[in-house]
Amino acid sequence: MPARMQRFRLKIPSVTENLQLIRDFVLKIADNAGFNDENQEKIALAVDEACTNVIKHAHKFDSRRLIDVFVQTDPNKIKITITDRGRGFDPRKIKDPDLKKFVKESRHGGLGIYLIKTLMDDVHFEFNPGVKNQVQLTKYKDGPKMN
Amino acid sequence: MENFQVAREDRSGVTILRLKGFLDAHTAPHFERAIQELITEERYHIIISMAELNYISSAGLGVFMGFIEEIREKKGDIKLSNMSDKVYKVFDLLGFPALYQIFKEEDEAEKEYNAK
Repeated sequence: MPARMQRFRLKIPSVTENLQLIRDFVLKIADNAGFNDENQEKIALAVDEACTNVIKHAHKFDSRRLIDVFVQTDPNKIKITITDRGRGFDPRKIKDPDLKKFVKESRHGGLGIYLIKTLMDDVHFEFNPGVKNQVQLTKYKDGPKMN
Repeated sequence: MENFQVAREDRSGVTILRLKGFLDAHTAPHFERAIQELITEERYHIIISMAELNYISSAGLGVFMGFIEEIREKKGDIKLSNMSDKVYKVFDLLGFPALYQIFKEEDEAEKEYNAK
């Protein structure tokens, strides 16, 4: 298990086709950092959801745009920072989903942000449309840190 | 390379869609088309079998969410079966087990349709 801090970066065209590659990239790093299978899967799913939001909402499926996935690991945690420079939307305005209501309204989306918050220990959004939007996802090896 | 596949089997009154691979925002439209096709053909008794589904994200869950009301209005349903623990956990996180019937085996889901 690496004792020091390590950094990895993937800058990749903003297309849904690349979601598998992004998941594989994050899975491998989380595995090398010593996270168990269940947590590796949670991390990869959270990153998939965040990148899907970038592709759909910030970049509006514009494949010329890039998604920047920056991963930092240390012996205690993994932190993934996903950055875009699109118009985006403010994820803080998204309410927790009411599945019954969503089903009644035949909605196809609206679950991603809630999933991210559920899967990760710390989630931090920075919203600055057209300049830089960032989501920071942190998972600790020993569970969430109490404040 | 397509990392997601849908295989369809029509039985008397019931259609089984067997999902294989990775269901994410890239592959969800493929699954959506398969469901849409069943609606067009008025086959509303649907079983989604997931023994070989390795992965699901909220884009995949959105397909289940988006069509169920229309199908139930037509006296049909989408019943789920053969989920791995890993896939079940994602459904469970979002509260799907309260709104969808989940069976261990396809046959159990089929029996439930035939019992009505």
